[in-house]
Amino acid sequence: MVSQKENKTSSVQQLIANSRNKKIKKIVEKAMPTLLFSAALISILTTFGIVFTLIFETFEFFKRVSITDFLFGTQWLPFSGKEPLFGILPLIAGTLKVTLIAVVVAVPFGIASAIYLSEYASEKIRRTVKPILEVLAGVPTIVYGFFALTFVTPMLQQIIPGLKLFNALSPGIVVGIMILPMITSLSEDAMSSVPNSMREGALALGATKFEVAIKVVLPAALSGIISSVVLAISRAIGETMIVSLAGGSTPKFNLDVTDSIQTMTAYIVQVATGDAGYGTTIYYSIYSVGFTLFIFTLVMNLLAQYISKRFREVY
Amino acid sequence: MVLGIKEENSIVKSIHMATKPSTDVAKKVVYDTRNLNLWYGDHHGLKDINLSIYENEVTAIIGPSGCGKSTYLKTLNRMVELVPSVRTSGEIVYRERNILDKSYTVEELRTRVGMVFQKPNPFPKSIYDNIAYGPRIHGIKNKKILDEIVEKSLRGAAIWDEVKDRLNQNAYGLSGGQQQRICIARCLAIEPDVILMDEPTSALDPISTLKVEELVQELKKDYSIIIVTHNMQQAARISDRTAFFLSGEVVEYDKTDVIFQTPADQRTEDYISGRFG
Repeated sequence: MVSQKENKTSSVQQLIANSRNKKIKKIVEKAMPTLLFSAALISILTTFGIVFTLIFETFEFFKRVSITDFLFGTQWLPFSGKEPLFGILPLIAGTLKVTLIAVVVAVPFGIASAIYLSEYASEKIRRTVKPILEVLAGVPTIVYGFFALTFVTPMLQQIIPGLKLFNALSPGIVVGIMILPMITSLSEDAMSSVPNSMREGALALGATKFEVAIKVVLPAALSGIISSVVLAISRAIGETMIVSLAGGSTPKFNLDVTDSIQTMTAYIVQVATGDAGYGTTIYYSIYSVGFTLFIFTLVMNLLAQYISKRFREVY
Repeated sequence: MVLGIKEENSIVKSIHMATKPSTDVAKKVVYDTRNLNLWYGDHHGLKDINLSIYENEVTAIIGPSGCGKSTYLKTLNRMVELVPSVRTSGEIVYRERNILDKSYTVEELRTRVGMVFQKPNPFPKSIYDNIAYGPRIHGIKNKKILDEIVEKSLRGAAIWDEVKDRLNQNAYGLSGGQQQRICIARCLAIEPDVILMDEPTSALDPISTLKVEELVQELKKDYSIIIVTHNMQQAARISDRTAFFLSGEVVEYDKTDVIFQTPADQRTEDYISGRFG
């Protein structure tokens, strides 16, 4: 009996030892950390490469155009023959107009629907609506662009008679619709992860469902909600196709939302798809605009990180 | 230390006995449960419960896991309705009105009947805001009044001296026992009539447990307290009356002394002597 048992054990041990001694296994074990490290390294190097190119070409641009003209100039006329003007403010104005309209559309609706989904909707509704929202987030932005140009703009023109074919309002609204699912989905995640014991604590004090949502769940989830909004803003700033299609290509430094605009991204598209020759000032200008855009989104992302730490209600 | 408490309890009890006649007739009934049945979907959770709970007493509910004791407690402030498939029949008369009647709003009921939970569940806010939460949602905005309420409630929960210098700090920085007393203070802040406690010491260490038990003794002067506990010694130490639940039924309900010394039902005796559960 005993010997049989010993025999059995030793044979299993034998099999394990055999497999452990296989050469291929040893090689894989040794090579794996290096392989995984290089995969991580590639993505980091690529990022550095992109930033480096951006900085390098921007530097070239500033050899031709003074940095004060670029930062404080109120006219962006790169194609005007003899005397091209490269003041970035009109492009920034275009971007901010669209972003602001998008935020005004997306934040109230996004947070309201997140509250509904997290606090009121039944499990069944939530399970149906969330995937739909994710589908909405997956619609190609060019489709949103058509939608803005061929549906939203004509509709708005019925309401606002003076509205131009290309304007800031229509792409602003549509960018808002585009970032809406992102805000809803991320805010809903933040609110759903607030423990139920907190809701019960408030309900037991005689709070209504709405009071629980607004005065307990919302503050507890605030850091997640704010960072979802900031991330959405950063997407709105970087949005390209919708504004290229429906926003126009006349950068203007004003606050008019019914007029044609050009955003930073739309300008880059215009030049990159046009025939600006390599080495010309216009060619380098897209890098300087790209770099400005990069700074904007970087700041927004850092802000999101800071806010989510600063406003975290620890529980 | 434990002995000291026991002595204190017996003193409290003797005073209690002396000031109030032992006849039940003279005591006011807070909750009168009549033929209460409750179902979770197809599961019959509470079966024909008939129970009268008296004013300014500590009523303990004991029984093994799954016997329905927590369910019964949560029916008393209708928190049980958070489970979607719950159905009830019968009535629970609280201060002359049937709380299971749909015309009785849960907000009104829960403003009069406070609850302390098994796990301390303060809000992720400052100690001050935790206590002021209840008064605020019920419309009290005056800073001076709120300050008074906060101090009074924290004193009432015997935690004022420990936290008075850090009212603006997050309640989650406190120990588990302190958090639980914050939750009790939060409940006192709206001056309820009844306090329901759902195993309030099961997540606490022995010393914190002791403090909460002392507090319960103190609170029953002004409040009627119903406490669910799986700790039979606790029930014996702090309660005036004990109900023994088993499989959704009340097996026995009597004065705590009677339940623990001369139980009428064999099952009660088996349970309190530790033969099952």
